[in-house]
Amino acid sequence: MDKLLRQRWAKPVVFALCLLPLAWLAGRALTDGLGANPIEAAVRFLGDWALRFLLIALAVTPVRQIFGWPGLARFRRMLGLFAFFYVVVHLSSYIGLDQFFDWPSIGREIVKRRYITIGMAAVVLLLPLAVTSTNAMVRRLGGRRWRNLHRLVYLIGPLGVTHHWMMVKKDLTEPMIHAAILAALLGWRVLAARKAARHNGGTTAAKPESACAAQSRSSS
Amino acid sequence: MLLRTEPRIRESEVTDKSLWLDRRRFLALGAAGAVAASAWPARSAPLAGLVKSPYRVDETPTSLKDVTHYNNFYEFGTDKSDPAQMAPSYFGKPPKPWMVTVSGECGKPGSVSYDDLIKPHALEERIYRLRCVEAWSMVIPWVGVPLAEVLKRFEPNSKAKYVEFTTLVDPDRFPGQRVAMLDWPYVEGLRLDEAMHPLALLAVGLYGEELLPQNGAPIRLVVPWKYGFKSIKSIVGIRFADKPVRTTWMKAGPREYGYYANVNPQVDHPRWSQASERRIGEFRRRETLPFNGYAEQVAGLYSGMDLAVNF
Repeated sequence: MDKLLRQRWAKPVVFALCLLPLAWLAGRALTDGLGANPIEAAVRFLGDWALRFLLIALAVTPVRQIFGWPGLARFRRMLGLFAFFYVVVHLSSYIGLDQFFDWPSIGREIVKRRYITIGMAAVVLLLPLAVTSTNAMVRRLGGRRWRNLHRLVYLIGPLGVTHHWMMVKKDLTEPMIHAAILAALLGWRVLAARKAARHNGGTTAAKPESACAAQSRSSS
Repeated sequence: MLLRTEPRIRESEVTDKSLWLDRRRFLALGAAGAVAASAWPARSAPLAGLVKSPYRVDETPTSLKDVTHYNNFYEFGTDKSDPAQMAPSYFGKPPKPWMVTVSGECGKPGSVSYDDLIKPHALEERIYRLRCVEAWSMVIPWVGVPLAEVLKRFEPNSKAKYVEFTTLVDPDRFPGQRVAMLDWPYVEGLRLDEAMHPLALLAVGLYGEELLPQNGAPIRLVVPWKYGFKSIKSIVGIRFADKPVRTTWMKAGPREYGYYANVNPQVDHPRWSQASERRIGEFRRRETLPFNGYAEQVAGLYSGMDLAVNF
């Protein structure tokens, strides 16, 4: 598996796979396949995939370490940026299709509906992560600061899941699945941090995974 | 980006009505039947002798396909495509005779069949707006009889201040009832004067045909000035009561769903702004009207009431 992940074509293939949900949505939209309320269907579909990509990106490090696939690290930035991409398209579909650029109404909704407030907070927090995703920015910030900044994702993940949870009317099955996966991914990090702390004699701060190291490996 | 085109359906894809309505034969047909049954359009039996009622809004009715394929009916599942998908194989035809139990504060309680309940009245076609609490809306040509005329026959007594309605409980027909998503049976209620209002309709059909299961076959309530969840489907019980019932959605979310549930753009639902709505089939949102556009007829029922408290 690790060998496969290191192939030159692996990255373009994963890139194309990440675009499949969008292609599926476009296909359904053009063939009247989104049902009676296509706008709501599109907004929700994009939100679902934004959340899924966020979870996928958060899964890279645990999966890499548990299965011993160091080759996975070079996909992490791309998967994280795809999460951001689907978040942006999700938000754009809400603004442009659902609300049709009715800015006063959008403003009211952000203030009044807690799940939209939370969703918007997640978007705002994602912005600096997307902006600092380039190698140049990692160098400029320095590994430690970059890593600390990108720990924001541990807040963004729960915000995203909460946004979905609060939006759902009654059937909480899907948000609960997302929450369970998120809890597992974050829980693994807590355990890994404790283990690392023990190895270091419990004196230094937890370093479950060096973002900088992963970043430099992927920049080859 | 979203282009709506008319569905193109070949004659070969159209399932004969008698085939898909018949549950046993559907099951016998197996997989081939499942594929055929999912094909649109599925038609119901036409209703004869309709009188066109003056109660008709001058707005384009929502397409029959959308009216029959975009439904909130948790008895079939929580997804709005579930009812149309599950109904043919699970619900099939309503059992005959369909019995409705009338009880409580009235002179003539008892069990009545669909025929005895509906047949004494002339069927009317009324075109009403339907506004869902989820901020979408439709325009539907219902077929039914005035609720007031039906209720009067059971002679509600002076203690009858409210009417409550109950949906069938049958997990064989309603697979959604196999999980406790809501507190089954689904129960709804109206104040007696609301129920006696001429706009309140006991519907048995739409678009000139019998109701399909996903729309609440064979008998459902239609209260056009209230959010859609008040318009209870597949009714088997009518009870005259001296107190208001705690309705299913009130139990599920007391902060979110009130007893009155009148359409009110001024009173927001915590989840949805009620100021505007998306009419199914339209792109832009439209303003939501007080009492869903029926204020002139029904606002008097609530004079002196604080509608933000009695939401």
